[in-house]
Amino acid sequence: MNRHLLSINDLSANEALMLLDTASELRKISDGPMKKLPTLRGLTVVNLFYEDSTRTRISFESAAKRLSADVINFSAKGSSVSKGESLKDTAQTLQAMGADAVVIRHSASGAAQRLADSGWIAASVINAGDGTHEHPTQALLDAFTIREHFPDHQRSFSGLNVAIVGDILHSRVARSNVLLLTKLGASVTLVAPPTLLPVGVESWPVTYSFNLDEVVSEVDVVMMLRVQQERMHDSFFPTAREYSRSFGLSGSRLARIKSGGIVMHPGPMNRGLEISAESADAVNSVVLEQVANGVLIRMSVLYSLLGGVPLVTEMGAVDAR
Amino acid sequence: MLVKNALLPDDSLVDIRIEREFIVEVAPSINASDDDVVDANGARVLPGLVDLHTHLREPGREDAETVFTGARSAVKGGYTALSPMANTNPVADTAGVVEQVFRLGQEAGLCDVFPIGAVTAGLRGEQLAELSAMAHSHAKVRIFSDDGKCVSDPLVMRRALEYVKSFGGIIAQHAQEPRLTMGAQMNEGAVSSQLGLTGWPALAEEAIIARDILLAEHVKSRLHICHVTTAGGVDLIRWAKARGIDVTAEVTPHHLLLTDDLISGYDPVFKVNPPLRTLADVQALRLGLADGTIDIVATDHAPHPIEDKESEWQSAAFGMIGLETALSIVIKTMIETNLMDWTALADRMSLAPARIAGYSGQGQDLAVGSVANLVVVDPRRSWEVDRELVSSKSRNTPFHGMVLPGVISYTVYRGKVVLRAGEHIEGSNV
Repeated sequence: MNRHLLSINDLSANEALMLLDTASELRKISDGPMKKLPTLRGLTVVNLFYEDSTRTRISFESAAKRLSADVINFSAKGSSVSKGESLKDTAQTLQAMGADAVVIRHSASGAAQRLADSGWIAASVINAGDGTHEHPTQALLDAFTIREHFPDHQRSFSGLNVAIVGDILHSRVARSNVLLLTKLGASVTLVAPPTLLPVGVESWPVTYSFNLDEVVSEVDVVMMLRVQQERMHDSFFPTAREYSRSFGLSGSRLARIKSGGIVMHPGPMNRGLEISAESADAVNSVVLEQVANGVLIRMSVLYSLLGGVPLVTEMGAVDAR
Repeated sequence: MLVKNALLPDDSLVDIRIEREFIVEVAPSINASDDDVVDANGARVLPGLVDLHTHLREPGREDAETVFTGARSAVKGGYTALSPMANTNPVADTAGVVEQVFRLGQEAGLCDVFPIGAVTAGLRGEQLAELSAMAHSHAKVRIFSDDGKCVSDPLVMRRALEYVKSFGGIIAQHAQEPRLTMGAQMNEGAVSSQLGLTGWPALAEEAIIARDILLAEHVKSRLHICHVTTAGGVDLIRWAKARGIDVTAEVTPHHLLLTDDLISGYDPVFKVNPPLRTLADVQALRLGLADGTIDIVATDHAPHPIEDKESEWQSAAFGMIGLETALSIVIKTMIETNLMDWTALADRMSLAPARIAGYSGQGQDLAVGSVANLVVVDPRRSWEVDRELVSSKSRNTPFHGMVLPGVISYTVYRGKVVLRAGEHIEGSNV
């Protein structure tokens, strides 16, 4: 596997499945008597967060700690970054401090790749969300969650229909999920108002629709994206109410999902905007499972990138201990 | 001096004798005794190149480029005239600043430096700068541009076009509709959708070109469109010319060669305003340059210090250096593809720009009586671009590592050799 995880494009379908399998194995171990694995003892993982994201940061932090790594949280706010220190200087500082992996969240698309390609730092770079580009660990945890609910689709998502609904244009979650889910064989339909679909979406391996009602009854998975209220001011849509009426997952729309279908959301949810409370808390809502699976997937990624003994091969699980 | 075995744009092989500032003899074979004999050895000899779009950064950002280092870079690239843009600090919006830049050019003595003046005070797009004062200064400014910014207010643009008629001025527009390019980072299309970078639609350029063509027609003034990048823009200009509107246009070497898919690695060396477009646009630009719809090649040489490019894409500066690679890129994209012959190349890179700007002593055919501005370039040889070896003060070339045709060995500026066997004569004191 690649030394970095910057984009889903860095992974083959088999490598992605191995990351999911490794996460499954790690869960079995975590559920056992020894919750914490010694695998990454002595290694340093830096969470380099230029954007606030408590959820993603604590998910990575808890993943690294469960693998016994030392964790340093470097938040741009209140640090030298806010005094104008460049990404390069920060990277070189982390290099001098001996970081083995850098988990980076940045508001600029491509920041993770810049960090990895520039030669400023030798550590493995893990993209924890770069601007409106990608968020590969989110897609992996989403795929992991989907797989758990569809036992017939352990090695392939072929035959599964997934709708991703909302602000596709600005969503790194959508970009990573489109790449991963289609790589695994799923059929993906994007649903959004035309203003929130990127020009150029025709080149993506998906279909798209402006009508959630037409799509919702055809899908096994409906993935709702967070909508920023600020988008209203840039005329992407007229009002929150109008958005909600057309593209929100109401109880009545939820009722029309195929039986066995699930509702996903990367969080944090705007209840009453893109998802009604009824849908968010429905029995087939897997939002909290996504959070729990996030830790496992991030453990799997850290474990695999930082050279842990393989827990699985393409043939299946091997004994790690 | 005597230049032997010069292959002129029209394919004639001649010797050229130069006395003081002028060409005094052009003949198949000249047997004069001369102290300084340059054997071109069958390489092309072209009239000195003329750039109508250069950023020299002085005053204000001398860490990126000065008039002197920019002029050295020009000499290396075969240019004998430059037109530094007005977006310096302070802005070149007064007679004082354009005269300062003009004087710095004369002091450098390596090529003509004809400053471009700002259209509006401070490039703010609100109030006309003192255009007449700049036109009547020692710098004799004829081209006015807010380049880097668009004169987006249609009324201000109309007034500017009208006002410069009294002294034969021309407005060079940076066509970029500001509202349609809020936060824009790269061409809007398939690549931007995948990279998650804010799109810069082609129509943001075309909308301004269309508007300004109609304004120029209405007020019967001269309009020049800077750095056209889109197929639609070429079509609009072709339409305007057919209609008899007095519009000229330029294309940069980088837009003749590079496309937006190069951005997939987020390397800011490819970040430029206007942005790199698609292959279809590149092809339309080449055809437009070949058929004369686009009148000239202009470099938009835009030096930036390392730290302004060594960052994440979004916060990096826009711009590329280009003086030293321009001729090679045009040979590669237009001559080697058989789209243009050498006469057309000389026209697009020397004669036409000098004619548009009215630069005296520049852009003349290599004939008896012409000012001796010339460049010797051997298209049979190629070279590898190395950013560490450029004469510019900055290193931001997107062509680093590329092997390009056309090795420039001599540049002669007003009868004086300023580049000899590829080496600078002056300028060891940088």
